[in-house]
Amino acid sequence: MYEWDFGPVLAESGVLLAGFRNTLELTATALAGGLVVGLLLALARLSPRRRLRWPAGVVIEVFRTTPPLVQLFWFYFGLPIVVSVEMTPFLAAALTFTIQSGAFFAEILRAGIVSIERGQWEAASAIGMRPHQTMRRVILPQAVKRMFPSMMERSIELMKTTTLVATVSYADLLFQANELAQKTFRPLEVFTLVALVYFVAITCLSGLGSLLERRFARSGEFAA
Amino acid sequence: MSVLKLVGISKSFGGTRVFENVDLDVEKGDRIAILGASGSGKSTLLRCINLLETPDAGSIEIGGTKVGSAGRSGLRISERDLQALRLRAGMVFQQFNLFPHMTVAGNVAEGLSTVRRMSRPDARTRAIMELARVGLADKADAYPARLSGGQKQRVAIARALAMDPEILLFDEPTSALDPALVGEVLGVIEQLAEEGRTMLLVTHEIGFAYHVANRILFLAEGGIYESGTPDEVLKHPRRPLTQHFLKEHKRFQF
Repeated sequence: MYEWDFGPVLAESGVLLAGFRNTLELTATALAGGLVVGLLLALARLSPRRRLRWPAGVVIEVFRTTPPLVQLFWFYFGLPIVVSVEMTPFLAAALTFTIQSGAFFAEILRAGIVSIERGQWEAASAIGMRPHQTMRRVILPQAVKRMFPSMMERSIELMKTTTLVATVSYADLLFQANELAQKTFRPLEVFTLVALVYFVAITCLSGLGSLLERRFARSGEFAA
Repeated sequence: MSVLKLVGISKSFGGTRVFENVDLDVEKGDRIAILGASGSGKSTLLRCINLLETPDAGSIEIGGTKVGSAGRSGLRISERDLQALRLRAGMVFQQFNLFPHMTVAGNVAEGLSTVRRMSRPDARTRAIMELARVGLADKADAYPARLSGGQKQRVAIARALAMDPEILLFDEPTSALDPALVGEVLGVIEQLAEEGRTMLLVTHEIGFAYHVANRILFLAEGGIYESGTPDEVLKHPRRPLTQHFLKEHKRFQF
């Protein structure tokens, strides 16, 4: 029977905490950047101009159909060779996950935008609103609310996928856990603790999401 | 004074002709009811006026100025001219099309603040004034989902009125309503007619058309089939399709 001993692990919990902070930092950066990139990609893909439409389509499809680990390696090892730039683990990770989550957000947003009834466009243009005004004031607010659950799901997925950055030595929670496991010879305790941290963090995140969703519903705009 | 002039307007959808060569002259203060069987192009004609549909041919003049220019695939128009046209012709839709994420006052104020660049407080004051006109000032802070169909349509009318249009286009404004709610919307339209507003009204409410309109257009066979005063067209129709249409409508009256 295995004897659990969290003592040595908890004594060094500062190492894990630092990793957790890095995980949060990366997730928040990728999430914020991803929303901006996603919105731009979605608008470009829906644009009447072909010159905007197809490059956006290519970016979205490439990042949706290739494994995130490959993208990460490409940005970290490949990009400095192709163009001479200094690449830090954080920069490579932030770039990868910003564009990658942007690609997914773009598809979610696009689906949300096209799901808004034609009558909304017509009503807005009938009072003289231009297409960009209609998009900003009428279509997007409704599309984002409609797509909120899917975007929440994607954000949770993103937080978990960031564990891949340990492979390029970015000191996220998982990377730190590995270090600690080797140091304390207590991998079982370390990874149990790490799982618990993710569980709590993501549960809090989705709880926050549900709270927001309920607030949308309370504003009464959805027919009861 | 001519407010709106259509010359030779034609429209077809994928090879199916809706109407061809329609001419129409609307004078200030005209209240024109457009009747016809379903599929006769009533709504399409109305939607061609503010270019929610692009006519294949013909020209539109509003307030004496010509709109756009003839292009290869119908009327061509710049975005700026399109906006100017739509500000002069307010539209009320069958399905209301209120913005569900904005309050009632927000719906009415939206065009004022976004298009007319009015400050938000000013836009709201004006919105509440327009809402009072349709009897809904007390609903200013409610969301559309909480309103009845009749109330929604009155808000939609207030939203159109707020932009000071020279001409109002009503596209079957009561067709989506419970019979019990039709009266309140027709009441508002009647009141606007009495104020001397110019309006085009696509409707199935023949009795209402008779009382409110000064001209009736009956659409059939891809054009204006018969037109005249309500007495001429509705009481003494001369042509067979008009007579048949009116007879069908009277079938279940008592």
